[in-house]
Amino acid sequence: MTRRQLIPIAVLLLVACALPLLVSDYRVFQFNLVLVYAIALLGLNLLTGYNGQISLGHGAFYAIGAYCAAILMDKYGVPYWATLPVAGAVCLLAGFLFGLPALRLEGLYLALATFALGVSLPSLLKYHHLEKWTGGVQGIVIAKPEPPAFFSSMGLTINPDQWLYYFTLAVAIVMFLLAWNILRGRIGRAMVAIRDQHIAAEAMGVNTAMVKSLAFGVSAMYTGVAGALGAIAIQYVAPDSFNIFLSIVFLVGIVIGGLASISGAIYGALFIQFVPNIADDISRAAPWAIFGIFLIGFVYLMPMGIAGAVRMGLARMQRKAQNK
Amino acid sequence: MKLVPIAALLAAALASPAAYAQKKYDPGATDKVIKIGNTNPYSGPASSYGTIGKAIGAYWKMVNDKGGINGRMIEWVSYDDGYSPPKTVEMVRKLVEQDQVLIVFQTLGTPPNTAIQKYLNTKKVPQSFVATGATKWNDPRNFPWTIGWQPNYQTEGRIYAEHILKNNPKAKIGVLYQNDDYGKDYLKGFRDGLGDKTSMIVKEVSYEVTDPTVDSQIVQLQASGADTFFNITIPKFAAQAIRKAYDTGWKPTHYLNNVSASVGSVLIPAGLDKSVGLISTQYFKDPNDAQWKDDPAIKEFHAFMKKYYPEGNVLDPFNLYAHLVAETLHQVLKQSGNNLTRANVMKQAASLKDYRPEGLLPGIRINTDAADFAPLESEQLTRFDGKVFQRFGPIIGK
Repeated sequence: MTRRQLIPIAVLLLVACALPLLVSDYRVFQFNLVLVYAIALLGLNLLTGYNGQISLGHGAFYAIGAYCAAILMDKYGVPYWATLPVAGAVCLLAGFLFGLPALRLEGLYLALATFALGVSLPSLLKYHHLEKWTGGVQGIVIAKPEPPAFFSSMGLTINPDQWLYYFTLAVAIVMFLLAWNILRGRIGRAMVAIRDQHIAAEAMGVNTAMVKSLAFGVSAMYTGVAGALGAIAIQYVAPDSFNIFLSIVFLVGIVIGGLASISGAIYGALFIQFVPNIADDISRAAPWAIFGIFLIGFVYLMPMGIAGAVRMGLARMQRKAQNK
Repeated sequence: MKLVPIAALLAAALASPAAYAQKKYDPGATDKVIKIGNTNPYSGPASSYGTIGKAIGAYWKMVNDKGGINGRMIEWVSYDDGYSPPKTVEMVRKLVEQDQVLIVFQTLGTPPNTAIQKYLNTKKVPQSFVATGATKWNDPRNFPWTIGWQPNYQTEGRIYAEHILKNNPKAKIGVLYQNDDYGKDYLKGFRDGLGDKTSMIVKEVSYEVTDPTVDSQIVQLQASGADTFFNITIPKFAAQAIRKAYDTGWKPTHYLNNVSASVGSVLIPAGLDKSVGLISTQYFKDPNDAQWKDDPAIKEFHAFMKKYYPEGNVLDPFNLYAHLVAETLHQVLKQSGNNLTRANVMKQAASLKDYRPEGLLPGIRINTDAADFAPLESEQLTRFDGKVFQRFGPIIGK
């Protein structure tokens, strides 16, 4: 990384760390959700943005991750932080296995197959033979994590909302570093090559089926970890929380944020968290119409997503500076 | 200096009523306004319930036009949660932490309310008169800040079971229920009511709310040889079930849950001739029902709808429901007087004595106390005669 890349990241991290000390608990909770969505969007972006596979069912992996966390915490008394690796592993496996047969399908057909997954999962969660784990339609209520005792022993006051935010932030940083590492290496190049020209990639010796399945699995893992974090933040899971709309919203998030861009996940997360609320404030009667106008506006003005627009803006500023 | 203690006594005597009359406020209440928060599904799969939030908003507008409650205007802050629990959590946190409402009122649906129950009880903000019939809202010991309103589903299920045991102890019962908390709550009450006679149930079938029809379930029930049918369905499926049960020539003794006991939205679509003989329960007057045409409460309701909520459907029972539940909160806030703390509002909600919004059926009253957080606990059996639901028998419950 060059210094020019590092500075904005350092500023971003500083802002992210200072945020809970500056805003109300309710806002901290909202920014916590932004981080959760950012991880989920990053996962979907790995699949759709970098590997060119469209998924309309990532809400399902989000739900699986959420239920993993809730069931482990509620039924087995597992501490909240320990549920994340399990949720990630379960979704990695689920994604990989779903990926294997589904990958015979291309483009829109894959989109339909994943759509089926997203549509059917809420009913599966209600299935009465699974009820003793899932709680059926009643869902599962989980306790809010308390900040670890050493904070108060050090004389620091930190409330549960702030603690959860920092915890989520730490996980998000790890996940973003991991994604950056995957994408800049051999596997990342193979993923992009498959997206751009899968025949050429195959001719170069890329194991297309394997890379695509792995991309699916890793993408699901990201979304699953996000789901687990989301469940811990909301303190409740129920089938109604994970309808097909969630999957669509994820797709909206990565397109608006910027396809094939790591920072795009953050912009997209901000968009899907805050724009519906802004739309609701503007018009109580037709919030989704206002949301639609925002959506069209963004797509027209920033065809490469917010990340693309930011990149172009920076490049223009640089050119101006050089011409001077 | 004997005067000093006397003066002190006098001062103390004067001070205590003065302290009593002193105004006390929590966030969301001032000399001028009372802020009430709510979430409703204005969008999404359950949006047909959204009219409840709008009708309640219209009710407060009427109250404000008439001078408010004890001189205070009502500010109604209602957000869309799309029936999605995570959204409900976010919106309720916004209501409490940012908008600073005094109480949360009539949040709709069992999953959304489950999601916010712990939060509101920790924050000690009243989760008042929730819009769901689940039995679990009546639990003052564990959740002293949550209170229900409508008669719960289990109570009603028991009423039908008792009626069957009394009138047809040899009945063979088939049950159709929605596979969720609402359907199962009814079924539990029904089974409890049958007691050791649950073997009378010869067949139970369920459907998902996303199913297109319940035709095959009706055929299964008919094939089971049942002669009595307990129909636990929401309006759309209730209409289908009534029609199918008639068309296949089954014609059982048909018990229909109160959720769907609406002439306008269920029986007319199903066919009035096919609905004759249906048995159900009611606790408030059906605005579709001709027998209440000249009833003062219903006339007042029609006038209210015309003036304050003209875009709403006057025949939709949800709107009258909204009016009734808002009246109940109106009474609670009136009782709270100048002591508008959250604790006092909750205390007043739990001390309603024989309170009666006139839209309730004659003889039904609202009673609550510190151990009873179930405001409405009585209903009356009704039978459909082809035109209206005729009430029969006594008011059942307390």
